[in-house]
Amino acid sequence: MKAPDFVYVRPGSIAEALALLADTDADATPLAGGQSLMPMMNFRVAAPGKLVDLNGLAELRGLRVENGMVRIGAMTRYAELLASDDIRENIPLFGLALPHVAHAAIRNRGTIGGSVALADPAAEIPALLLVLEAEIHMQGLAGTRAIAAEDFFLGLYETALQEGEIVTEIVVPARKTTEQFGFYEFARRHGDYAMAGVALKVGGPDHCRIGFFGVADRAIRATRAEVAYRDGGVPAAMAALDDLPFDGDLNAAAKTKRHLAGIALKRAFEGIS
Amino acid sequence: MNEPLHIFDRPNSYIGRSVPRPDARRLLEGRGKFVDDLQLPRMLHAAFLRSAHSHARIDGFDLDAARAMPGVVAIYTGKDFADHVTPYVGTLTHLAGLRSAPQMPMAMDVARWQGEPIAMVVAQSRAEAEDAVAMIDADLHPLDAACDTESALDADTPVIHEAFGSNLAWERLVEAGDVDAVFSRNDVTVIKRTFRFGRHTGVTLEPRASVVEYDPSENRLTYWYSGQAPHMMQAILAKHLDLPEENVRVVAHDVGGSFGIKIHTYGDDIATAVAAKLLKRPVKFVADRHESFVSDIHARDHVVTGRIAVTADGTIEALDFDDLTGIGPYSMYPRTSAIECNQVLNLTGAPYKLRNYRARGRVVFQNKNLMCQYRAVGHPIAMAVADGLVDEAAAAIGVDPAEIRRRNLVPDDTYPCVSASGMKFDDLSHEKTLDRLISEMRYDDLRADQATCREKGVYRGIGLVSMVEVANPSPMFYGIGGAPISAQDGATVRLDAGGALHVSSSITEQGQGTNTILAQIAAEVFGVDMDRVKVTTGDTDNVPYGGGTWASRGAGIGGEAMLLASKALKDQVLDVAGILLQSESESLDIRSGSVVDADSGAERISLRDLARTVYYRGNELPSDVKPELIATRHYRVTDFPFVFTNSAMAAHVEVDVESGFVRVLHFWAVEDCGRVINPQLVDEQIRGGVVQGIGGALYEECVYSEDGQLLNATMADYLVPMAGEMPDISVFHVETPTKTSVLGAKGAGEAGTGGAPAAVMNAVNDALRPLGASIFQMPMSPERILKALGKV
Ligand SMILES: Cc1cc2nc3c(=O)[nH]c(=O)nc-3n(C[C@H](O)[C@H](O)[C@H](O)COP(=O)(O)OP(=O)(O)OC[C@H]3O[C@@H](n4cnc5c(N)ncnc54)[C@H](O)[C@@H]3O)c2cc1C
Repeated sequence: MKAPDFVYVRPGSIAEALALLADTDADATPLAGGQSLMPMMNFRVAAPGKLVDLNGLAELRGLRVENGMVRIGAMTRYAELLASDDIRENIPLFGLALPHVAHAAIRNRGTIGGSVALADPAAEIPALLLVLEAEIHMQGLAGTRAIAAEDFFLGLYETALQEGEIVTEIVVPARKTTEQFGFYEFARRHGDYAMAGVALKVGGPDHCRIGFFGVADRAIRATRAEVAYRDGGVPAAMAALDDLPFDGDLNAAAKTKRHLAGIALKRAFEGIS
Repeated sequence: MNEPLHIFDRPNSYIGRSVPRPDARRLLEGRGKFVDDLQLPRMLHAAFLRSAHSHARIDGFDLDAARAMPGVVAIYTGKDFADHVTPYVGTLTHLAGLRSAPQMPMAMDVARWQGEPIAMVVAQSRAEAEDAVAMIDADLHPLDAACDTESALDADTPVIHEAFGSNLAWERLVEAGDVDAVFSRNDVTVIKRTFRFGRHTGVTLEPRASVVEYDPSENRLTYWYSGQAPHMMQAILAKHLDLPEENVRVVAHDVGGSFGIKIHTYGDDIATAVAAKLLKRPVKFVADRHESFVSDIHARDHVVTGRIAVTADGTIEALDFDDLTGIGPYSMYPRTSAIECNQVLNLTGAPYKLRNYRARGRVVFQNKNLMCQYRAVGHPIAMAVADGLVDEAAAAIGVDPAEIRRRNLVPDDTYPCVSASGMKFDDLSHEKTLDRLISEMRYDDLRADQATCREKGVYRGIGLVSMVEVANPSPMFYGIGGAPISAQDGATVRLDAGGALHVSSSITEQGQGTNTILAQIAAEVFGVDMDRVKVTTGDTDNVPYGGGTWASRGAGIGGEAMLLASKALKDQVLDVAGILLQSESESLDIRSGSVVDADSGAERISLRDLARTVYYRGNELPSDVKPELIATRHYRVTDFPFVFTNSAMAAHVEVDVESGFVRVLHFWAVEDCGRVINPQLVDEQIRGGVVQGIGGALYEECVYSEDGQLLNATMADYLVPMAGEMPDISVFHVETPTKTSVLGAKGAGEAGTGGAPAAVMNAVNDALRPLGASIFQMPMSPERILKALGKV
């Protein structure tokens, strides 16, 4: 479990980072918190020839609230999000969900941008961003662009990110006073990736957004359940999950995921605040 | 402790106290000396190519690209070792009929499990060795595999060792009384269940590790290893590498946990020794976590179908079961993989008065990693089957689980006695431990709480287990069958010129506190402060001959040897003191580093002065006085094959019946390990053991695909129990010292692991009972519980 040889570079600006990442021959790869990438390298599942460390880029760090939007730098760490008053006030869903992401040591290093770029199907962040109607901002040598979270997560570890591009910022609408949030996940042990989990935003009796994680090949919105909720409340939403593309894994077959998704949804609604 | 006065009930007393570990600070400061910390001049590093298939013919290798890689010094395939190491076979003569095929460190013609080493790269660094391993082109031809235990003996299952004609490695039948007659009676209730126990493994914090140095000028091999039994390894290395035994030195410094994983012969370790000998340079091999999962022995893997017959008043009339256990493609060398099944046959139902007993065991080969002795060998199966059936029977006839145990446990006043399977028991306390358990856990209050909770749709359950634990084995365990495994241990105690004690012992420190209890015993029995005792263990050049750590034997056997040696040295020192002081030695004693007047406690001469007189100014002694300020004693258990420990345990759980998740709310263990030398260390052993037991019951499983691929060989996917999910564990002691020794210590290392799975399983089933559901498969994962509930 030793990583194959690689070159390590620590650029001082986004421009420099993008130039380094353009080296496709070396399979240049950005390094954020390293909490997923380093294990993959040690397992030799990933073998980038060049690691471009984003940890020196002040431009990618920190967060601010501007015009009803929370703008979060890609290199902001889970621990920083959890400690932030701005987040507590404006994205209460993060406060419900992030304590379930891994363990303290990993949250001290792991970044929101890393989670977005990795797109692990069982990760919390992508589902939260779907529910929160967030926008992912990216930058490449060709320029910058922004995509709705809904169009960003395409499949198993597959995103709209193009080669040579990096995630720069996550933009999340600040909470409206009418909105409530719910979150629930099942994990065998605290901090494990979820067996099944769900995040909710409830705008009123006729409006909610539901995002599941850990049940399919990516974080997914349950649009039929959202509609069913409007017409028949929580029981109707629970019954409207069959069309989701459930995938089994080591801990649960697809059928079990389907069952747990319903229970998680019920509990998330019970706990909304 | 309210036991009669022993020789160690003295002023500076340590036995029975929670003395802190003298080595704790060193380890906490990061100054531990683990194998990977060792850096020798000219040392090389090994990495292995392991079979990617569970069963494959090895047609050849193309090594050119690998050889060209930077840093590579040598590459070996299995056949390269054919002339340098002799094959080994994991059989023992007392396990009649057990068969296994000869094994070499690396597969030569056929690889028989995914993870079996097939080629080895030795390079300047481990990273370079791994780079080169990735470049080896192995021509492997996959063969049909036999992976499933339950179909291993079917006619259409591939036979792993053709010469044997089937995949059966061993079978044994134990029979007592007339089982069939009981089951045909019409006044008994019969309960039949099938239990399934998945594979799990030890997950030691420090993986297996070896550094081997060979000095051709003296034909001498030194093997630093992270392991449990240095003298056993010395004998094995000498035999298979053709070296005089005395030319092999085995050293085990700090060891980061063993749990039975590190007491076997692993091909990669032996290959490391062969490479060091061939290259005449030190070679290091430290297993990485992935290698640990696919090559450290796995445990359990049983399917047991059992039935119990009870009368209406709850008397257990008969127990009958069939155990099928899968051990991988070989029986592990040298302890064999039949012992696990043998323990199940010996121990199931052993706490109960049982006259009619039939136990059939079959051990089968499979194309999976080897299964062998792990903490609490066979115990979790024996206890879960017996106590699972007992609870099911109790429910069927409407008797409370605590009550049915009271009616059937072997009474405390009937020892010595012999069990239905022929085990000799003495000094056990099933009744006392159960009574204490019931009162400490407030059993009746928990039952009341259970009823209240059920009304609210909350499903809590209480599970009990009464158990025996094998400890302090005699030579009847291994030595009798021809294994180079010592059941006796030695201790040497030496007074140095400064008045301190240097002690050494053949038992070993794996992190459980062996060195601490050795110091406690020596300090107290001899009569010095504990900080004046320096302990050496784990070095075949420097300690007496003995067995090491296994079968909960360190304190009971090695501790007794230390007691005897310390007592002997004390007598020798008092003889010298009597001459120097012109007093009767019987009137003298040694306390806190001085020879004192036994009655008044007044100091007569310090040990330092005494020792200096002997060592420097022998002229002051009469010429016929030849003091020996060193003593060695050995000890083995003679009257019994094993000295058993017993305990009663309980789990309180809550089952989330919507999701299948189980939360263990609390765990209690009342343990009788005889004399408790250090309560804190014993409690740590019990708690750690319980956690591993809960791991096996709820979390840990080596998940294989149908074709024998281990699917969860990472710490992310293999679920070791973690602190957040663990309950508080309350530990209590009943002390019934064994009469086989002065010290009276039995063993405490494995009880928690052996008992906890049964208690947790019974608790889960107690919770599920009102819903008409039950589960007898471990680990009891949420999905399996949902299936039991009919929800998925
Ligand atoms: C034991 C353990 C448990 C875990 N449990 C959970 C859990 O429960 N839930 C969960 O969500 N996660 C979990 N994780 C993963 C953890 O949250 C990761 O840190 C996170 O998913 C990735 O973030 P990172 O900053 O560490 O990214 P890295 O590991 O540095 O990178 C991950 C990938 O994203 C790419 N990347 C990173 N940043 C950018 C960027 N700005 N632009 C473009 N590409 C980028 C990298 O090139 C790499 O391919 C766990 C990890 C561990 C070790």
